[in-house]
Order: sequence, then C-alpha cells, then structure tokens
Amino acid sequence: MSEQEAKSANIVPGSMVQAGMITRYTLLDYFRSRRFAILFVLVLLISALLTVVFAWKRPPEALLNPLAFYSTWWGTSATLVVALAGIFFGGDAISSEFQNRTGYSVLPNPIRRSSVYVGKFVAALIAASIILVIFAAITVVNELYYFGPNVPVEFWESALFAWVYLLAVLGFTFFLSSAFKSGSYSILVSAVFLLFGFALIEMIIQDLVGIEPWFILSYGSGIVGNVLQVWCPSLLSASYCVIGLPHVTTTATTIGRQVITVTSYNAGNAEGLVIMVAYLVVTGILGLVLFERKEFN
Amino acid sequence: MTNPSIEIVSLTKSYGSFTAVSDLNLKIEGTKCVGFLGPNGAGKTTTLKMLTDLIRPSSGHAFINGENVHTQKRGALASVGTLIETPEFYPALTTREALYMIADIRGIPQIERKKRVEDAVAQVRMEEWIDKKVGKFSKGMKQRINIASSLLSDPTILLLDEPSTGLDPRGMSEVREIVKSLKTKRRLIFMSSHILSEVAEVCDEVAMLDHGKLLVYDTLSNVTSRFSGDQNVVEVELARPIDTAIVGRTITSLAGVVSVDRIDDRNLRIKFAGGSDIRERILSDLVRLDIGVVSYKPTASALEDTYLKLITATL
Repeated sequence: MSEQEAKSANIVPGSMVQAGMITRYTLLDYFRSRRFAILFVLVLLISALLTVVFAWKRPPEALLNPLAFYSTWWGTSATLVVALAGIFFGGDAISSEFQNRTGYSVLPNPIRRSSVYVGKFVAALIAASIILVIFAAITVVNELYYFGPNVPVEFWESALFAWVYLLAVLGFTFFLSSAFKSGSYSILVSAVFLLFGFALIEMIIQDLVGIEPWFILSYGSGIVGNVLQVWCPSLLSASYCVIGLPHVTTTATTIGRQVITVTSYNAGNAEGLVIMVAYLVVTGILGLVLFERKEFN
Repeated sequence: MTNPSIEIVSLTKSYGSFTAVSDLNLKIEGTKCVGFLGPNGAGKTTTLKMLTDLIRPSSGHAFINGENVHTQKRGALASVGTLIETPEFYPALTTREALYMIADIRGIPQIERKKRVEDAVAQVRMEEWIDKKVGKFSKGMKQRINIASSLLSDPTILLLDEPSTGLDPRGMSEVREIVKSLKTKRRLIFMSSHILSEVAEVCDEVAMLDHGKLLVYDTLSNVTSRFSGDQNVVEVELARPIDTAIVGRTITSLAGVVSVDRIDDRNLRIKFAGGSDIRERILSDLVRLDIGVVSYKPTASALEDTYLKLITATL
C-alpha cells in the first residue's frame, strides 16, 4: 500500500469514539427538529406561570425566606421538568430506530449496538440537562429578584439530586424504549409511569399497605424537594426546626371519634441517591441487553 | 488484495413454527455480481439481514471475508457497503450531514470525507439536494441517498436489497450503471431483486431461493440453459440495418442457433441451445460476419422462464 493509499485507508474508529459520533449527530437532530423546541417552550411556559403566580399572589409562606422560595418553586416542579425531559428525549430513543427505520441506515455498519445505545443516551442526557439548567436559571433569577444574591446551599444539593433523578429517568425511559418497537407505546408507558404511575404506587404502598416504598423511583426522587423543606417537630418551638424531612413521620388525624394514624416515609439523601442510581444502573443495563437482542424483523 | 467472500453455513432462521430460511449453504467469492432471486417471502431479505447482524440466525453462521458477522461484526462489515430494506436517516439532518455520519462511523479520513460524500452524491445525481434535509425527500430520493451511503467507503463487497425500489426508470437505469461500474472495480456485489431484466443485464451468477431453501446457484447462462429447456436467448444490437436474407440464410445456420427473430432492422433475438461456450462461439461468428455487432446480451426471458419453472415447481 502506498503512502497515499495508507492515508486514504478507512480505519474504523473505536467503539467509544463511534458513540461520540452518534451523540453528536443525535444532538444535531434534536436541536434541528421540533422536539427540543417544544420542550423548551413547555419549560418556559411552566416558568412563566410560576413567575406570574408568584408576582400576583405573593404567597407569604413561599416568600418567607430563600429556602421557602426554592422549596415552593423548585421543589414542587423540578421533578416534573425532569420527567418531561426524560419522556421527550428518552421515550422513543431506541424504539424510533425500529419504527422510523433509522436503525437500517446506522446498524448495518461496523458499529456495535452498545455504541449506538450509549451515544443516544449521552445525547439525551445533554439535551435534557440543558432544559433542566434553563429551568434552574429562571428559578434562580426569580429568587434573586425577591431576595437578592442569597442562594442557599440546599438549592445546589437539590439541583444535583434533580440531575441524578434525570439520569435515573433516562435509564428507565431507555429501558422502556428498548422494550417496545413502537415509539408511541414506549412514550405512553414512560409518561404513565413518570407522571403519575410511580406516585400512585408509592401512595398505595405507603399509605394503604404501610411499608416503606424503597423500590419506587418517585420515593427516591422525593429528596429533590425534601432537602429544601423545613420540618418542625413542635409547632411551639421554632428552634427545634430542621432542614429536611425525617425518615418517618407519623400524623394522627381525628375523624369523628376515631383517631387514624398515618405513617409517612421520606427517603434520606443517601437512600434517595442509592434508589435513583440503582434505577439508572439496572434499567440502563436491561435496556442495553434488550436492544442487543432485538431484531429488525 | 485477497478475494472478497461471503460464506453462509447451514444458516437457519425460524419464527416459532415458521421457517424463513432453512439450512442455507452458499459460498460466493471473487469479484462479480450475484443476483439473489426469489418470490416474496422466500427469505432473501431475511438472509441479507443475517449477513448484516440486523437479525440473529436460529442456527448456522455467516462469514464475510472470513469473519463471523455476529461475533466479529465490526471486522466483518468494515469493507461492506449495505442497503437493506428502505433505510431512513435522522430527518432533520441534511444529505451531507447524514452521509458524514456514516463516513465518520466507517472511519473515512477527515481530509477525504467531503470529497467522498460529494462524489457519492454526484454518482446518484442528488447534488442539488446535498444541503437539504432528508426528512423532506421523496421515497426515490431517499433511496438514492441510501445507495450513496453504501458506496461511501469504497467497499469491496456490496449487499443490496432490491436497490431499485422506489426509483423511476432513470434511477433504475442509473443503479444498473453503478453496479456495472463497480464490477470493473473488482467488487463483489450480492444483490436481491425482483426485476429479472436487471439481474440478467448486470449479474454474472444467480442464486435462487424459495420457501427459505436454496434452489440453485450457478452462472446465469448455466442456470438458464439447465432450466430453460436447454435453450438460451440473446439480444443482439447492430450498428447498421441488417438484411432479412442474411438473417435467414447465414445467422440461422450458425452452430448452436435454434432460431432467429428480427425485432427490428437493427435488433435480433437469437435462441440457441447450450451454455456459455456456445454463446461465446455465436458471438465470435457474428463478429466474423462483420454485421456491426454493438451489443450482445442474454435476455431476461430465459431467466424468467427459469424462474417460473423453478418457483412453480416448489409451490
């Protein structure tokens, strides 16, 4: 082979480099298509709604201090934004390769399926992270307006937890996307689980059965909001208040002559992180195994 | 350069009780074009999918250039260009970007990427669409891009699944010319098709499949002579009109010629008995007659006869 021929010879890149190529072109497809734009607009709408409500109603409990602000604004909506981002970017990430037949152009090449899976996962993570950062930035800007430069450290903790939750959500959506060949089904099932399915199962297990729902993703992601909450064991003395909810809280409610005791569980920070990372690892690997075995019939 | 090769060993694919491909054994090597024929549902696309790891065989193995497609996929497909089913690219990418993606995956050097993509796009006559988004293209335009994609890395082996699908007559003609030009570049082309005239025109060998089983694999002339009543047909195009008397007197009496039909004053259809050796001798005799032979090719009708005979026999 001459020097010219050697220079011109195709040398198939390594698998990780190929994964990076898939990431690049998938991101390009996201940003050019309406997918990113629609989610961007949705997040702007959510942010605009919150901005208007806060400005109009000036809720006193939310404007007590910066922590209360973040607990009300970010703590209640960050997980929704994460779920939406996971559904948008992960819901049909793998199933679309079958349904839209893009897999027929990419996979009959010297590239492993794992490179495609990892590449698309990283692209979904980058795109979803951008959305989360935009929402976080709008939140912080609003807080600066009300309180000046006084961002509590708990917000950064909560933001980190939200990002870990995003990783777990993407692992879960990629798993569902690998399980189905239809993008519609995988998006629908993802949405059902992430928007209310997990929360419903958590409530049933916790409130009706009375056991700690440690295996439910929404229980783990509860730390996103929990870390911003202030919990006072006694209403009589504020000096005993702590930041973050306790692991178990018991509430007694009187209904007529009956006193009903409800036990609620709240994941601790470490526990919540373990649950979310476990979801990422288990569902992420299961999704990859399914994709490796799936056939283009 | 070693001979390119495709080897299929006892390949079987079953879906429950249905067997799509049954114990297929096929070895193709060298630089040539092999037509892969069979009716709908015969197992052609299933076979091509197994050769590209899009599906896994129930049993058996597939090798490309000696490498197992399923256990050494990257090595096996490194020098293979493919067009399986009707692929789609990410719709928001332009033609250039979509082909850059394939070029990058295949390791085409950066300094060459732009030129290779532009050359491949020019070869399929899509230059004016190179910076347009592929999502807006018609089926035929997408198929042209798919063909360009398969040619991008200058592969030694091409696996084509009905490459003319969705193309207009000009496009189909251009595909035939591309395949013919690749043959001159010492490539192995394995092409499935329903268009027998296309296979007859460009392919050297034919493999016929039905109900997942290989019926025959041989050179085109041997297959047609074996199954088409031991009679083959060639079409001859002449540079100048030919006298009817010459046709009746001289050409009909050539060794091996069964009959001669005059299509028009410059085109003849010659039916002969025998294989490629007889075909060669008739061509030599025609040239010696100095009647101005400019084209001499087997017709699809012999192949069609063979196809219908074999496929009917397996119903």
